[in-house]
Amino acid sequence: MSRTTRTGEIHVPILARVEGEGALDIRIEAGRIETLKLRIFEPPRLFEKLLEGRSTQDVIDSVARICGICPVAYQMSAVAAIESILGVTPTPWVEAMRRVMYCGEWLQSHSLHIHLLAAPDFLGYNSAPAMARDHPDEVRRGLRLQGLGNEIIRTFGGRSVHPVGLCPGGFFHAPDAATIETLRERLAQGLEEARDLIAWTAGLPLPEDDQDFVSVSLRHPRDYPITAGRIVSDRGLDLDPADFAQRFREFQVPHSTALHAQLDGHPYLVGPLARLNNNLDRLPAGLRQLLDDCGVSFPSRNMFHSIVARAVEIHVAMAEALRLTEDYDPAAEPRVEVPVRGGVGVGCTEAPRGILWHRYALDGEARVAEARIVPPTSQNQARMEEDLVTSLTRFGLARDDDALRLHGEMVIRNYDPCISCATHFLDFHFLRK
Amino acid sequence: MTTGTRRARIAVHKFSSCDGCQLAFLNLGEPLLALAETVDILHFAEAGPVDEEAEVDIAFVEGSVATSQDAARLRGIRQRSRFLVTIGACATAGGIQALRNLHDADEWVSGVYAQPEHIDLLADSSPIAETVKVDLELWGCPVSGEQVLAATTAMLAGHLPRVDHSAVCMECKRQQAVCVMVAQGRPCMGPVTSTGCGAICPRFQRDCYACYGPAVQANVSTLATHLADTGMPAGEIARRLLFINGHAEPFRGEGLDWQARVIQRSGRREEEQG
Repeated sequence: MSRTTRTGEIHVPILARVEGEGALDIRIEAGRIETLKLRIFEPPRLFEKLLEGRSTQDVIDSVARICGICPVAYQMSAVAAIESILGVTPTPWVEAMRRVMYCGEWLQSHSLHIHLLAAPDFLGYNSAPAMARDHPDEVRRGLRLQGLGNEIIRTFGGRSVHPVGLCPGGFFHAPDAATIETLRERLAQGLEEARDLIAWTAGLPLPEDDQDFVSVSLRHPRDYPITAGRIVSDRGLDLDPADFAQRFREFQVPHSTALHAQLDGHPYLVGPLARLNNNLDRLPAGLRQLLDDCGVSFPSRNMFHSIVARAVEIHVAMAEALRLTEDYDPAAEPRVEVPVRGGVGVGCTEAPRGILWHRYALDGEARVAEARIVPPTSQNQARMEEDLVTSLTRFGLARDDDALRLHGEMVIRNYDPCISCATHFLDFHFLRK
Repeated sequence: MTTGTRRARIAVHKFSSCDGCQLAFLNLGEPLLALAETVDILHFAEAGPVDEEAEVDIAFVEGSVATSQDAARLRGIRQRSRFLVTIGACATAGGIQALRNLHDADEWVSGVYAQPEHIDLLADSSPIAETVKVDLELWGCPVSGEQVLAATTAMLAGHLPRVDHSAVCMECKRQQAVCVMVAQGRPCMGPVTSTGCGAICPRFQRDCYACYGPAVQANVSTLATHLADTGMPAGEIARRLLFINGHAEPFRGEGLDWQARVIQRSGRREEEQG
């Protein structure tokens, strides 16, 4: 087989170290990638249909089940949409505590991704337990941070997967001051570890792979965006989430059970790298300095820097949770009464993996008439395929199948895809003739 | 578990699910590393190892049977596993996605996908036990990490664990949680729901919504009648029963009964969704 005219197929049957079920099919013709398909075959669960006719509380409880890793994100986007329809403004306490709870999820999800899913690649291991034998301190640090994130979610929601605390109007239960104090102590101790984590990720052997892409995220007048904001891009987009459908379009492709999305007809990126690229000026001064000194330059065009972006966001999440719980006073009324009425509304928040957009139409009894949910991983699919073509070509298509397979998986893992979400093992088929 | 001198072999498989029950393992923290040192985890795609064909001592299965390929894949897993343990509502009860079983699934697929012909999806989402023999069921949405770890430890020691399916009410009493039904009049499903979650909903001042499935000897019809007596409409009662574990009896039968009462009472299909 000649180097310049390599032709054939490579298949990765089960994508490892990603959430959910996916595969990658690549066909090479005469040294160039002819077709590349990221096949999502996670079975659809049809949430947008099963929500019809259900109450607003059922919506909040149900949408958590779209994803085990980011249930809080689904609940938060849902409750934002519901409250906008019902005409409810959360109290400052509720807004603050929801942001804290969301920080818990960012902390849990990003830490899980960095240590269990992504880092093994950069250090040459198949899994975190294998990596832990040679890097026990780093892996245990990751597990501690992940555990702390889970503890934050449990504090407000009873458990970290499919928490039960959120309702239209606020929370069912306000944690007592003693519980929050214990949490704050752990957060304060963990902040030093978060700083070390940024330096550690920046020091990993990350490939050079600058590409051209549009970064899309929320933007807030004051805060690093998590729970609210306008939708912006680094190419001038500035959109009210209510107008999402005017510029963003979802469509089906035959090889995926997850709908693809385009902005003005083009792929785009959502997620930690996009967020950080668009919101560097929203980082606290000390963190900004730390980032400037870490050796990786932002804004970045290299998806392999996502692991650093996640480490930065872990710090953001912990610092925010501390800031918002200073002088914590459990609200006497953790929720307000909500009216029963109909209408249409949207909610858009930043899930760990990127913007998560919900739109609901409620009938006069505040039951769902119609639901539309656009998860971040669906939005990233087109970008992932584009990235894979560029990255694998650059990597060198003449390399052996195993090397190409691994590189393809690493490119995909940069996106931390949440495939169960995206669909309402990378089966890597590399066709060589 | 008798394995001679070799370490026990474990696999974790995923079908149609949200992944939350696998997280019961990945959220263990330090115990996960300890587990990985005492057993051979041969297949656990999300954690790294991929070897679906491996023969194992214990296969944990998350997710429901949902596509035309799932049954064959599942039978293969059953053949290659000494013990098969289902974890979570999707695997034990078909999951929240089993709500489509009560509706026209084709119509639902068309409601989401413009080209439904590209989608491989069975009309029904079904529990694992409807396709293969299951040795142990751990219910819950999500399943509890403590339960999974305890079950693993028990099985490695050579016995099946005892799983408590008494009502959530027992747990409220153990935790000295005030009954939200009595004190707040909340429509709590606790009396008919299996314990295992730690009674978090009542402890968080809300009603249980039955995410751990039916309790043993669940007196669903009496609870439903009580809810009706408090003024809850038939459709709402049906929805309480036909929810996350809605495919499991007695929730399913009772739920469909109450759904039918809505249609009878109104004389026309005023409420079509469950």
